[in-house]
Amino acid sequence: MDMKRAYYEDVRFFSSGAVVFWFAALIIALGIYPFVFKNYYVYVANYVAINIMVVVGLNLLVGYTGQISLGHAGFFAVGAYGTIALMTQAHFPFLAALISAGFIAAILGFLLGLPALRLEGPYLAIATLGFGVTITQIIGKIDLLGGRQGLHAPDLIVLGRHLNTDREFYFLVVPITVLLVLFARNLTKTKVGRAFVAIRDAEIAAETIGVNLVMYKTLAFAISAFYAGVAGGLYAFVLRFIDPELFGLFMSIMFLTMAVVGGLGSVMGPVAGAMLLSWLDLELRNILSVPYLGQWLRQLSEQYFSLTGVSNIQFIVFGGILIFIMIFEPLGLYGFWIRTKKYWKTWPF
Amino acid sequence: MTFFAVNGLSMRFGGLKAIDDVSFEVREGEVYALIGPNGAGKTTLFNCINGIYPPTRGTVIFKDKNLCGKKPDRIAKIGIARTFQNIELFAHMNTMENIMLGRHRFMKTGVFHGGLMWGRRSFAGKEEIRHRRKVEEIIDLLELQSVRKNMVGGLPYGIQKKIELGRALAAEPSLLLLDEPCAGMNTEEKQDMIFWIRDIQDELGITILLIEHDMNMVMDISDRILAINFGQVIAEGTPDEVQRHPEVLKAYLGEDGTT
Ligand SMILES: Nc1ncnc2c1ncn2[C@@H]1O[C@H](COP(=O)(O)OP(=O)(O)OP(=O)(O)O)[C@@H](O)[C@H]1O
Ligand SMILES: [Mg+2]
Repeated sequence: MDMKRAYYEDVRFFSSGAVVFWFAALIIALGIYPFVFKNYYVYVANYVAINIMVVVGLNLLVGYTGQISLGHAGFFAVGAYGTIALMTQAHFPFLAALISAGFIAAILGFLLGLPALRLEGPYLAIATLGFGVTITQIIGKIDLLGGRQGLHAPDLIVLGRHLNTDREFYFLVVPITVLLVLFARNLTKTKVGRAFVAIRDAEIAAETIGVNLVMYKTLAFAISAFYAGVAGGLYAFVLRFIDPELFGLFMSIMFLTMAVVGGLGSVMGPVAGAMLLSWLDLELRNILSVPYLGQWLRQLSEQYFSLTGVSNIQFIVFGGILIFIMIFEPLGLYGFWIRTKKYWKTWPF
Repeated sequence: MTFFAVNGLSMRFGGLKAIDDVSFEVREGEVYALIGPNGAGKTTLFNCINGIYPPTRGTVIFKDKNLCGKKPDRIAKIGIARTFQNIELFAHMNTMENIMLGRHRFMKTGVFHGGLMWGRRSFAGKEEIRHRRKVEEIIDLLELQSVRKNMVGGLPYGIQKKIELGRALAAEPSLLLLDEPCAGMNTEEKQDMIFWIRDIQDELGITILLIEHDMNMVMDISDRILAINFGQVIAEGTPDEVQRHPEVLKAYLGEDGTT
């Protein structure tokens, strides 16, 4: 029986030798990736990693605590603007600015969590949507933040080193992503994570066993906002130029979509969802230049939609893939993972 | 000291008086049963005691403190735990995790210690292990070993009832509210439940407030009984007294007490 020692095993960082192996393999793969692939793919990796951070954080709120948010692009914007502003206006070093911007986002997350205590489902969706829209409006009105004109990122100096290339930036973004994902994974295995799930599954029972709803719901908002804020701060340096238009409703919906496609209520699901969808998002933009397929899609759109063709034809393909995944596997990519896990768990030992 | 007392408690839902001026006192260490026909207001009384509903009038005193106006999580922290008539488990967690929630009020791991649980010697790791040991004792007591890793949502009804009891016990309450713990159980499961309730009273010294429709069981394990109907107290006393009380016979057997 696994009874008596199981409580040691559950808190072990690696649950088996195979996990150690795969984790080491992952770290090595991440380490050599930017030397193997050409620059564009390093840029893609940075973009994907940033999305992973947001989605893993968002999932703590949506998947674990059962609260919806259509406003995470707002926290993402706060992180991006906050980091740049703290660096240029207050002369913070980069890492201090990034973390501070994360905390500013967390405070806003906490505040947004307060009305969320009284709202559920669609009402909460609208409230968070309102937040996301408002925050970019406000940013657009502040001259200090560049207003509608946007804002340039300053030079990126981390611990005395200038980071100029995508590859150098990769070695900043990816370790932060790995740490934040591991942090989230640990969180879900301890008291706070259990309280989140308890609230999602049976709010009244959670309360009567001692879970403070006000505290844990606002905490879930704050943590997920922190993740989005930090990711936003890094995103500002991927683009090097930001303006309020970037952080629209569509972005919030994309974050939520990544979490759902990946599989709510797990940590690795959203990682997979963020990877697949942000990669698709980038690749499908060029779909019209794919031989044969691109021409065929162009013809199709000219024939059925409009004379000049639909410019955003990639969204149709994108949407088709989403529908396919959700019909085929309602639990998202995490569902695939659970099924194959048994097989992979012990391989190659 | 008053261990537990309800004084002049009333609860209205619009025009309906679900509880109407109910008073009683529970002594420390006893099994006190609450009986009454369907819709009498028993569950509503529980909901007022642990803070889910704010009562319209009256007080609930626990260890000399008034509970009215306090939130459920505060009341849990003072030492009152409960089970629900319609099982309220955390369906997507396994048995062990469900019972771990009972330990919530004793645990100190926050966001930082939790996120930084790097192995069993970290703060969070040590705390987890300490409390899991406690949970393991409860799993042994209630004979839940075989389902400790199963998602509770898919388990049989009787086992879910046991897990709910386990979760409440893990909170180490001094007062335990059980809302129909034997509902839907077969005879054998009922026997076990009666056995555990006795154990909880004798070995753990927990005071129990019990709602139950099975009269044999109620008469068997209760020290005293309160009978209510239409939200009002109709009788109180030892099982013998209440069993023979004309109002109780009337409420249970119909108007003339013969059918
Ligand atoms: N939230 C509520 N809103 C309105 N009416 C309610 C509410 N909760 C309970 N009631 C009503 O209060 C009365 C008492 O209900 P309660 O659930 O306390 O009965 P009970 O004694 O537990 O019955 P049972 O034996 O069927 O569980 C019923 O008439 C019920 O319809
Ligand atoms: Mg009831």
